Amino acid sequence: MTAEKTKSILVVGGGISGITTAVEAAEVGYEVTLIEKNPYLGGRVTQLNKYFPKLCPPNCGLEINFRRIKNNPRVKIYTVAEIEKISGSEGDFDVTVKLNPRYVNENCTACNACVEVCPVERPNDFNFGMDKTKAIYLPQDFAFPLRYVIDDKYCKKAECAKCVDACTYKAIDLNMKAQSLPLKVGSIAWATGWNPYDASKIDNLGFGKYQNVIINMMMERLASQNGPTKGKILRPSDGKEPSRIAFVQCAGSRDENHLPYCSSVCCLASMKQATYIREQYPDAEVLIFYIDIRTPARAERVYLRAQKDEKIKFIKGKVAKIEEDPSTKDLTVTAEDALTLQKIIHEKVNLVVLATGMAPNTKEWKAPAEISYDTDGFILSNTGVAGMYAAGCSLKPIDVYSSVQTATAAALKTIQSLVRR
Amino acid sequence: MEKKIGVYICTDCEIGKALDIDQLVKVATKMKAPVVKTHPSLCQKEGVDFIKKDMAAEGVNAVIIAACSLRVNYDVFDLGIPLVERVNLREGVVWSHPPNDEETQMMAEDYIRMGILKMQKMEAPEPYKVEDLCKNVLVVGGGLAGITAANEAAKAGYDVYLVEKGDSLGGWMAKLYKQTPTKPPYTDLEDPFINDLIKEIQQNPKIKVYTSSLIEKIDGAPGLYDVTIKQNGNVETFRAGAIVSASGTIPYDVTKIDHLGFGKYPNVITNYMMEELASKGQIVRPSDGKSVASVAFILCAGQRDENYLPYCSATCCIESLKQAKYVRNQDPEAKVYIFYRDMRTPGHYEYFYKSMQNDPGVFLTKGDVKGVLEDGNKNLNIEVENTLLGEKIVVNADLVVLATGMVPVSGLGEEVLPPGVKPEDEFQPYVMIEADILNLGYRQGGELPVISNGYPDSNFICFPYETRRTGIYAAGTVRAPMDITSTIEDATGAALKAIQCIESSIRGEAVHPRAGDISYADFFMQKCTQCKRCTEECPFGAINEDEKANPIYSPTRCRRCAICLGACPERIISFKNYSVDMIGNMVKNIEVPEEEEKPRAIVFACENDAYPALDMVGISRLQYTPFVRVVPLRCAGSMNLVWVADALSKGIDGILILGCEYGEDYQCHMATGSHLAKIRLSKVAETLDRLKLESGRVQMEQISISEYYKLPEVLDSFLEKLKGFGPNPYKGF
Repeated sequence: MTAEKTKSILVVGGGISGITTAVEAAEVGYEVTLIEKNPYLGGRVTQLNKYFPKLCPPNCGLEINFRRIKNNPRVKIYTVAEIEKISGSEGDFDVTVKLNPRYVNENCTACNACVEVCPVERPNDFNFGMDKTKAIYLPQDFAFPLRYVIDDKYCKKAECAKCVDACTYKAIDLNMKAQSLPLKVGSIAWATGWNPYDASKIDNLGFGKYQNVIINMMMERLASQNGPTKGKILRPSDGKEPSRIAFVQCAGSRDENHLPYCSSVCCLASMKQATYIREQYPDAEVLIFYIDIRTPARAERVYLRAQKDEKIKFIKGKVAKIEEDPSTKDLTVTAEDALTLQKIIHEKVNLVVLATGMAPNTKEWKAPAEISYDTDGFILSNTGVAGMYAAGCSLKPIDVYSSVQTATAAALKTIQSLVRR
Repeated sequence: MEKKIGVYICTDCEIGKALDIDQLVKVATKMKAPVVKTHPSLCQKEGVDFIKKDMAAEGVNAVIIAACSLRVNYDVFDLGIPLVERVNLREGVVWSHPPNDEETQMMAEDYIRMGILKMQKMEAPEPYKVEDLCKNVLVVGGGLAGITAANEAAKAGYDVYLVEKGDSLGGWMAKLYKQTPTKPPYTDLEDPFINDLIKEIQQNPKIKVYTSSLIEKIDGAPGLYDVTIKQNGNVETFRAGAIVSASGTIPYDVTKIDHLGFGKYPNVITNYMMEELASKGQIVRPSDGKSVASVAFILCAGQRDENYLPYCSATCCIESLKQAKYVRNQDPEAKVYIFYRDMRTPGHYEYFYKSMQNDPGVFLTKGDVKGVLEDGNKNLNIEVENTLLGEKIVVNADLVVLATGMVPVSGLGEEVLPPGVKPEDEFQPYVMIEADILNLGYRQGGELPVISNGYPDSNFICFPYETRRTGIYAAGTVRAPMDITSTIEDATGAALKAIQCIESSIRGEAVHPRAGDISYADFFMQKCTQCKRCTEECPFGAINEDEKANPIYSPTRCRRCAICLGACPERIISFKNYSVDMIGNMVKNIEVPEEEEKPRAIVFACENDAYPALDMVGISRLQYTPFVRVVPLRCAGSMNLVWVADALSKGIDGILILGCEYGEDYQCHMATGSHLAKIRLSKVAETLDRLKLESGRVQMEQISISEYYKLPEVLDSFLEKLKGFGPNPYKGF
């Protein structure tokens, strides 16, 4: 083995943070490989309808980032890819990446002919199970790379193969196998992102029991044009338009029994979602049950705007329980109202949105490296391994703006590792 | 070298099935393209080889690929030559229009024509090579952000100049007694690490520190800055390649708050003063020097209030909890009262908050502090309403600490409006506050344009480092209120951007959003009339002026948006691969049928959101009117009004500009481009009226990529409106 150090960087995770680290380092002049386990880039951001404070569409920012990737031959992306093994040290890591089979190759033109003949359905994880896709599917309309994928947990493969016959571009290969991709890199950025906290663990709030109790990410999907209801916010139980909606802040957060930390974005997310509702249903009433409203720095203006809306009521009080009326599937929210003399209140609503927090992917999944985590699973900013850095929500629960901030910093750190003797 | 154009028409992806390909070949041949061929699948290896063979054998050096959109197969069609043009017959024609239809065919033929015309006018851009480019990074401000940016840039191999106004480094961090927790278990106060960072700087031969120094002037451009500083009266100059502006904040002027007792009562102090007391060793009452037995913290003092600071300073809650811990550590018998509106301890700070809540000596309540009055012992009575205790309470304390906010130094100075702009104008291209920090020798003003509340922040969620000045990146609390960890991350990110700008300038490339673009503007000065539109309208202040108002253009300050090209009434500005002539030619050679049932409208589509949105329409197989001809523009703001005149004089019935959203929450990737387009169009209305043409024939629509499903309706309504006006009377002239 030569002692020559490689000038290449690996970014694990292709969400907004991973994409940013990759593009920023590549534009300085370094070779970057970006790997993503989903069949598309963009991660959680692609599941958002808009983000605060400007309420702009996430696909706008992603489009420019994708353009930067497309225009930069130094960036190589691999989707349906996972990190398998790492050895070596800063400046000289040997990495093995597992390229899972997508079963669809680059001939795919997204014509949808395969979907039309596929006989198998699967729950659509992109829409949190609120609708279904076929076993062969396009993850979402803005998918980049624009290529279909087969979920081999559901696909009947050779037994069926109707899609293969329907495809006029010979884009489907049911015999695709996983491949190993060896890489030599000088530094690694972990940008493995987050999952919504499993709200079914919060017994008293009814998620998983009552259909009309949803989590904030599901509201994003309902409000999105490319979501299960084409952007119309409708109650899951009967598809009716909600007229009174409750947001439960800190659901399963700031709580020793669930997530002890604060996910920092949920207050703003709920206010943002309140604007979705108010735009669609000008007569709808929104109740936000909170402990503290956290809209720091310039985001304060979002709170100011929401406070001026007469139909949005802020109630300081932890929600004690949520119960369902089995005939209407309406819900009753029992909470303390800490600021009025009426300590316990009961509010009847048609839809409850639990503002659940973010748990890092690294809470459950640990990287094949000796990096350090805190007790919540977040990677410490001093990872403990020279040449390895963390960015985005793998570091701490933050919004897009801050994620990009940390990702740009991580880009510099990965470059420093290459420059260091 | 002589340009030899080859047109390659792909017949895959339904193109061959939906169009008369032979007819397309005839159209291309008639346009004098020397090589015109078809292929069943250009994106396959055989297809690419087919083109490459022609390049070698026939000397084709300008390739037109009439197939799918440029947004796909970008790697496949990277032929290693600069002149490659994509004619979008797939997403733009056959996927979004009915097959084997006369109108669809005419659309495809026009696009082939336009593609060839574009290529005929295109030259391969050559990168602008900066002579003697400097790679040094200038960091302005020696607080945590500045020190971090300097250290991190140096670690990446760059030499740094760090200029600090005060006589020592460290800023506000140097005044801290202890720091808020940054490490697990996130409950313990930490010793400030600022001195270690300062030592790192002082020992680093790559970093030259100037304390007691102010910046007199910065002239030049990325890669070419000439910096003049004054240190204790002595003038020094040096060069720099990029700048990190980390000039920090000052405390809000607490004397503006009159109901909380500051200035009236000696034992009412600010959080800054409290930190000073703690650093000195003992927290004592200012009135008599006695150790405190009870301290009340009033959070959000003079903040989150439209009468004072409308924003939240992000760190005061955690800093107050920290100072509360100082009091409790100093004397376990001492009581602490914390009155808050919302306790903002996001992320891991929640652990710290919890530990303080568990401290029996700390009483926390939400409440509105109505007033603070002194009693006979110089103690304070704090009147609080709307508390969690349900009633109005009065709390007595030895010392009151007002948690006041921070004000960016970039907001301190005279506000200068751009020339010709009045305060009541709806559109303010930028706000320039002459804060005496950078003193840039830029025509549009000496500082970074501010967005709101004096902060030179980026308006983009996804691109937080995009200030309106190329090569200059704001970092730390001058950019937005932020805590210690975020400041370190922010400064590191800003250092990356500074380095990236230097390296891009070396390559002659633009930075975000047209990263990698090596074209740059050329000014044909002989025809310049010194009207100043380019120098005033450039969103990035890339163009200076001499005493005669002649524009002086800086390629490394330029983002290649071509807004100047759109602004220039004399049309003297061009890029090698994007010019008024090029687009004008495309517009003038669209086939305009005389029949009333075959109207024609041009859609100028901004390439950032509008063109991708049109692609999405095609990808989704949604259909739209075949009567439009899409012309992509670098930015809606690069639209030159002569194209409107060209179009109308050729009998085109209407012109629709699709640009990104403008206004307070603008999406325009060039900040002001779409708004400038809107303003220019309002001027066109007068011309149209004079020509007895309806002003409604030229419209602008704001569209974001996510709204692509609305486009068929938008385009249909526009054509309906044009139908209402009747055909352009200039048709057939």
